[in-house]
Amino acid sequence: MADLRERPTSGTLRRCPGCAAEFDCGGGDPGCWCESIVLPRETLAELRSIADDCLCETCLASFAARGRLQSGAGGGASGEVRIGGRHSAKAIPHDAVRARGVPPLWGIGAVVFLVGSLLFALTVGPISIGAWSIAQSALAHLPLLHVRSPLGAPDEAIVWQIRAPSIVLAALVGGMLAIAGCGYQGVFRNPLADPYFLGVAAGAGLGATLVIVYASSGGDSSELLPFAAFAGAIVGVAAAYLLGRSVGSHAGTGALILAGVSVAAFMTAVQTFVQQQHTQTLAGVYSWLLGGFASADWQQVVLVAPYIAFSAAVLLLHRRVLDVLALGDEEAASLGVDVRRTRLVIVVAATLGTAAAVAVSGLIGFVGIIVPHTIRLLVSSSYRALVPLSLLLGAGFLVLANVVATTIMSPQELPIGVVTAFLGAPFFAVVLRRTRGSGA
Amino acid sequence: MISFDRRLRWPLALAVIAAAVFAGTAGAGATARSGFPVTLKAADGVVTIPNRPARIVSLSPAATQDLFADGAGKQVVAVDSYSTYPKGVPVTSLNGYSPNVEAIAKYRPDLVVVYVDNDDIVGHLETLHIPVLLEPAATNLSGAYQQIEQLGEATGHAGAAASVVAGMKHKISSIVASVPRPPKPLSVYAEVGTDPYYSVTSATFIGQIISLFGLRNVADRAGGTYTSLSSEYIVASDPDLIILADTVCCGQTPATLLARPGWKTISAVRTGSVLAVNDSIASQWGPTIVEFVADIADAVKKLEASSK
Repeated sequence: MADLRERPTSGTLRRCPGCAAEFDCGGGDPGCWCESIVLPRETLAELRSIADDCLCETCLASFAARGRLQSGAGGGASGEVRIGGRHSAKAIPHDAVRARGVPPLWGIGAVVFLVGSLLFALTVGPISIGAWSIAQSALAHLPLLHVRSPLGAPDEAIVWQIRAPSIVLAALVGGMLAIAGCGYQGVFRNPLADPYFLGVAAGAGLGATLVIVYASSGGDSSELLPFAAFAGAIVGVAAAYLLGRSVGSHAGTGALILAGVSVAAFMTAVQTFVQQQHTQTLAGVYSWLLGGFASADWQQVVLVAPYIAFSAAVLLLHRRVLDVLALGDEEAASLGVDVRRTRLVIVVAATLGTAAAVAVSGLIGFVGIIVPHTIRLLVSSSYRALVPLSLLLGAGFLVLANVVATTIMSPQELPIGVVTAFLGAPFFAVVLRRTRGSGA
Repeated sequence: MISFDRRLRWPLALAVIAAAVFAGTAGAGATARSGFPVTLKAADGVVTIPNRPARIVSLSPAATQDLFADGAGKQVVAVDSYSTYPKGVPVTSLNGYSPNVEAIAKYRPDLVVVYVDNDDIVGHLETLHIPVLLEPAATNLSGAYQQIEQLGEATGHAGAAASVVAGMKHKISSIVASVPRPPKPLSVYAEVGTDPYYSVTSATFIGQIISLFGLRNVADRAGGTYTSLSSEYIVASDPDLIILADTVCCGQTPATLLARPGWKTISAVRTGSVLAVNDSIASQWGPTIVEFVADIADAVKKLEASSK
């Protein structure tokens, strides 16, 4: 066993609950020394049921030795043991222990980022209106303060009827997509899960297409559109869920994912067929699919805010459970979690919020998958931190993306999905390289 | 058998042959006038039409208009589902955007007109030895006139086509002349799509028609042809006249404009200077252009009268 002093410091000095010695604890995050210790799964489960905090290396090593004795030839030289296979795993503390919640600096930083981006987006747009004038205009809206707005009627309309609602809506949608992405990734233990899993995107697209093609006149069409998209999304997910459940409870998440894929494929096929029959609406449908906040108004904000608030609240309340679910269905069940019910609750909440977001903003990709992953790389993989940070940072990210979409080629308005990909992908690549390079 | 005097045999034979020749040429309307076979240079290259077409299939709404205006209506056997003008044309379920060569061949056409070469329809029709003319969307008025004339030549109505074009030119110039030019050009926003709002610059066909009246197009600042415009920009540019060419595709009306956030402050919306036209009238580059020009003229005249 190597001398502790030779290892680089991976964390803070803590006292071992087993032998009361001081040791260097990295909290199980990438780079911690405990990643190099591998135990058979039974031993690990036993250890986790006994210890509820990190152990020092000596205690951990003696536990490992005991485990090797008990399982006979199952251990041997560490080179033969497969990490993460059916038989053994790294002796990192499980997330329910390791999770320390949101690091305070990150929490404050995220709030500052969100508030800053909201203010920035209010003052910067295709039409340049002075920040001080906007501030005065804002004060003029408050009662009791006798401040008069220096802006004319068109500028007032631009700032408070066009810009402000699209900023608020972008924040709501961005936060919702990011937090829903977190929820799906946690429930399915799949890093590629995004909020459009299970057929939300295909269902909403089909609903929107049907309205655009078959609704008789303008008033009907634009009023019905959000409801049709919402209904379509819900139907899509419900169909996927029922199909996945009919396979049986032992199939677990795999069946649900496949059901989602097949439902999505079917609904997309129907949508494509309808579009081809009415090619004059192709441009309208395509624009909707690309997503954006070009026609955002306060009515839409009021329409979706309750759904998004409810959905985000449910997901925030379930963040510790998501950490436990990450261990695996059996381990989570042994720790007292009703896996099926929890999965259902989280999927329903995430879907409801995503459907509402999609109903008003179209299909904006990238936010739901990249924001959680970036936070995972920069902060922590524990859902206790991931869920609230995704909400705040996802909101801020989409608000800034909207500013770019409306100003970078002004007076043209770019599709926001293009902007999120252009901004997000390189940023994510940089983060990926940095953390992979410095990790274990 | 009738017995002929031997001396009448040759003159009779000659008379029969002459009659046959006359019958043959009369139907072709005097070959010298229509000039078949005719060779044309269209967008799909050099096309030779051997005889006067009698079974024309039109997969282009603008071409349908042109053909009927040229007087070739009786020679048309099928038009695509989007050919809305003139009334009474033989509409079928054929689709010019996703053409099905077998469905087209079913009509045994001897001339097919398309506006876009999707799914290699031109190649397929050439393989079947069916003459096909590719008449793409016109980008300006002279392009539209050229198509009317070319289709006239292709169907044996060159003279009629020339007079159609002359008539259109005359009507358009007299309509434009009847609208007085104000000292300061009026600004116009022409919408062809929503979410985001799509407009057309002066480099497009619709844009060219609008510029006939000396109107300032707010979309020109964006450059390009079909361009999206942010809501903020449209509100800030405060157009005097709004032309809605997305009444069919996107269901827009003057009422829906009022409902858009912040649009109440736009001059055109406040004064009701909104011209809602059928999408097809604004976009089909056939004789219905004249109707579009007249609609704009009326709107501009009304606007100028109300601002006095």
